[in-house]
Amino acid sequence: MSAFLDLGWSVVLLPLALAVVVAFSGRLLGRLAPAVAIIAPLWVLAYGVLSLVDGVHGSSRAGSVEWLTPGGPGSLTVGWAVDGLTAVMLVVVGLVATLVVLFSVGYMHGEGGLPRYFAALCLFTAAMSMLVVADGFVGLFIGWELVGACSYLLIGFWFTRPAAANAAVKAFLTTRVGDVGLFLALALLWREVGDLSYAAVFAAAPSLPAATVTAASLLLLVGAVGKSAQFPLQIWLPDAMEGPTPVSALIHAATMVAAGVFLIARAWPLFSLSAAALTVTLAIGGLTAVGAAAAALAQTDIKKVLAYSTISQLGFMFAALGVGAWGAAVFHLVTHAVFKALLFLGSGSVIHGSGTQELEEMGGLFRKMPVTGATWLVGAGALAGLPPLAGFFSKDEILHDVAGAEPLWAIILFGASLMTAFYVARTTRLAFFDSYRGDGHPHEGGWSMRLPLIVLATLAVGVGFAGSWLAETVGAHHGTLDLAVAAGSTLLALIGLFAGWKAAGTHHPVFARPPFARLAPLMRAGWGADALVERVIIGPVAGFSRVLYGFVDRKVVDGIAEGAVPLARGLGRAFATLQSGDAQWYATMLGAGAVALLALVSYLGRGL
Amino acid sequence: MSLLVITVGLFSLGLYGVLTRRDLVAILASIEVMLGSATLLLVGLAAVGTPMGSHEGAVEATGVMVIVLAAAEAAVGLALVISVARRFKTTRVDELTEVKG
Repeated sequence: MSAFLDLGWSVVLLPLALAVVVAFSGRLLGRLAPAVAIIAPLWVLAYGVLSLVDGVHGSSRAGSVEWLTPGGPGSLTVGWAVDGLTAVMLVVVGLVATLVVLFSVGYMHGEGGLPRYFAALCLFTAAMSMLVVADGFVGLFIGWELVGACSYLLIGFWFTRPAAANAAVKAFLTTRVGDVGLFLALALLWREVGDLSYAAVFAAAPSLPAATVTAASLLLLVGAVGKSAQFPLQIWLPDAMEGPTPVSALIHAATMVAAGVFLIARAWPLFSLSAAALTVTLAIGGLTAVGAAAAALAQTDIKKVLAYSTISQLGFMFAALGVGAWGAAVFHLVTHAVFKALLFLGSGSVIHGSGTQELEEMGGLFRKMPVTGATWLVGAGALAGLPPLAGFFSKDEILHDVAGAEPLWAIILFGASLMTAFYVARTTRLAFFDSYRGDGHPHEGGWSMRLPLIVLATLAVGVGFAGSWLAETVGAHHGTLDLAVAAGSTLLALIGLFAGWKAAGTHHPVFARPPFARLAPLMRAGWGADALVERVIIGPVAGFSRVLYGFVDRKVVDGIAEGAVPLARGLGRAFATLQSGDAQWYATMLGAGAVALLALVSYLGRGL
Repeated sequence: MSLLVITVGLFSLGLYGVLTRRDLVAILASIEVMLGSATLLLVGLAAVGTPMGSHEGAVEATGVMVIVLAAAEAAVGLALVISVARRFKTTRVDELTEVKG
C-alpha cells in the first residue's frame, strides 16, 4: 500500500493519459470508452481512500520536480504532497467523478461526440487532482487553469447550440477575471518570498509586512470568488447549466466551484493573518448566500434552481471562512458535494425521463420515477438542513460559528437557510408531486443512472456524522453540536419547507400575486446582474471596440495599407519622368553629379 | 599651369559637344576630344614632372595604349551608329527615345 501511496503523481498522470487515450481512440474503443474513462476517477478515489486509511497527518508523502528557473530569487518547483485536506478532496473528486461517469453512460446514451465528452471528464479529473495534490501555488495554479478549460469544454459540449457556446465563453471569461487576481497573488508572493511552495510561503507569512499579507490574501480571494461564483462574479454559473447535467453535477456543483473554498482553506496559514481579507470574505459570503437563495426562489428551470442554490451554499462556506471556521467550511464543502451532486444527478434523471427542464411541465414524477423521487427527497432534505441528513450538521456548524463571531451576519444566513428550505420545497412539489402537467411519458433511467443516485443518497444520510472525524483529519477545530442553533435552524427549515410547499400549490400561485408578481422576474434574472454587467462592462467595451473598428482599423490601419498603393504609384510616376530616354539628358545629369561629388570631396577634404 | 588650362579647356569643349550636339557622329567625335584631352594631360604631366616623381616610360606606354583603345572604340562606336541609323532611320539623339519610362 505504501508503494501505491508513493505514486502521488499518478492521480494526475493516469487520468491525463486516459484522457489522451479516450480522446484519440474513442472510435476504436466504441462503447468501451466510458469503461476506460472511469478508471481515472476510480484511481483517484482509491488513492484518496487509501491515504485516509494510511493516516496522513503531517504530509509525510511528497515529491517535487524543479520546473523553471526564471530570473528571480529562486526556482519554480511543481510537487505533490498529500495531507488530510488533500486526501479528503481526492475522495470527493474521485467519488463524484466516478458516479458522474457512470451516470453519463445512461444520460448521454446516443449523443454524438462521446469520446470528446469522456476525454474531457478524464482531463477534468486530472486537473482537479493536480489542483488538490499540488504542494505549492504553482501546481495549484496549473490545475486551477486546467479545470477552467475543462469547464469551458464541457459547458460548450453541445457547441452547435449558440446558448451553450455563449455560456462557455461567458464562464471562461468571468472566471478569468478571478484568475488574474490569483496570478497577481502568486506574483506578489514570488517577489516577497521567492518560493511558491506552501511550506515556504506559510513559513515566511508571519514575518511579511501586514500590507503585503492583506494584498496577497485579497488577491487570492479574488481568484476564489471567480472560481466559486461568488458575488460579484456569480453571473457565469447559472448560464453554465447549458452543459450536460452530469457535468453540472461534477464541475459546477461538487468540485470545481468548491476550489475557491479549497484555495482559502489551503492557504489558511497566510489568509488568516489578514483581518481585512476575512471581513471581506464574510461579507461576500453572506451577501452571496442570501442573494442567490432569493434568486433561486422564483426560478422555473430545475437546473437554474440548483445553480443558484449552489452559489448560495458556496456563500455559506465563504461566510464560514470569513469567521475563521475553515474546518466547518470544508465539512460543508464535502456534504454539499455529496447532496448537490445527488440533486443534480436527480435533476438529470428527471430531465432524461421527462424531456424538459421546465418545472411547469413536470409534476407528479414521484410515482413515475420512484428511485429518482426518493433519492431526490434525501438530497432535498439534506439541502434544507433537516436532521439527521448531511446538510444539517455542516450548515449548523457554520451557523453556530458565524453566530458566535458575527451575530448580524448569522441572522442573514438564517434568512438564507429559510429561503433555501422554501425553494427546496417549492421545486420538489413542482417536479415530483401533484399531477403530471407535461405531455411526455416520464420513465426511470437505466441502472447506470439509478446506482449513482442510490450511492449518493446513502452518503447524504451518513456523511453528516463524520464531522468530528473530518475535522480531525484536516486538522481543524470542530465545534460541538449547538442545540439552540440546531433547534432554531430546524424550525426555520420546517417553516420554509411548509411555506415553499404551499407556494408551489396550484391553488396558491404565490408568484402571480403582488408584490411577488413584479419581483419575480427580477429574482428569476438573478437580481439583474446580467443586465448590469451588460450595461456597465459589455456596453462600454463593445462601444470602444466599435470605435477601434470603425476609426482605428478602418481609417488608420486600412488607410495606411490602402494608402501605400497610391503612394508607390505616385512616386513611380514622378521618377518615371526622369527617365526621358534622352541620352544627353542622362549625360548632363552624370556630369552634374560628377561635378557635385568632386565639389563635395574637395570641400570635405579641405582640412586634410 | 598652361598644360592644365589647355587640357581642361579641351575636356570641357568635348563635354559641351557631347551635351549639345544632336547627331550621334558629332557626339562620338566630341567624346574623342575628351579622351584626347585626358591623354594629353597624362603625357604632359609626365613630361613636366609631378611631386610624386616621373615615370615617363610607363606613361608613354599608357598613352599609346589609350590612343589604340580610342581607335578601337571609335570603330565600335561608328558600327553602332550605323546599326542605329539602319534600324531607326535617324542618328539624332533627341529622336531616339525608345527607352523612355
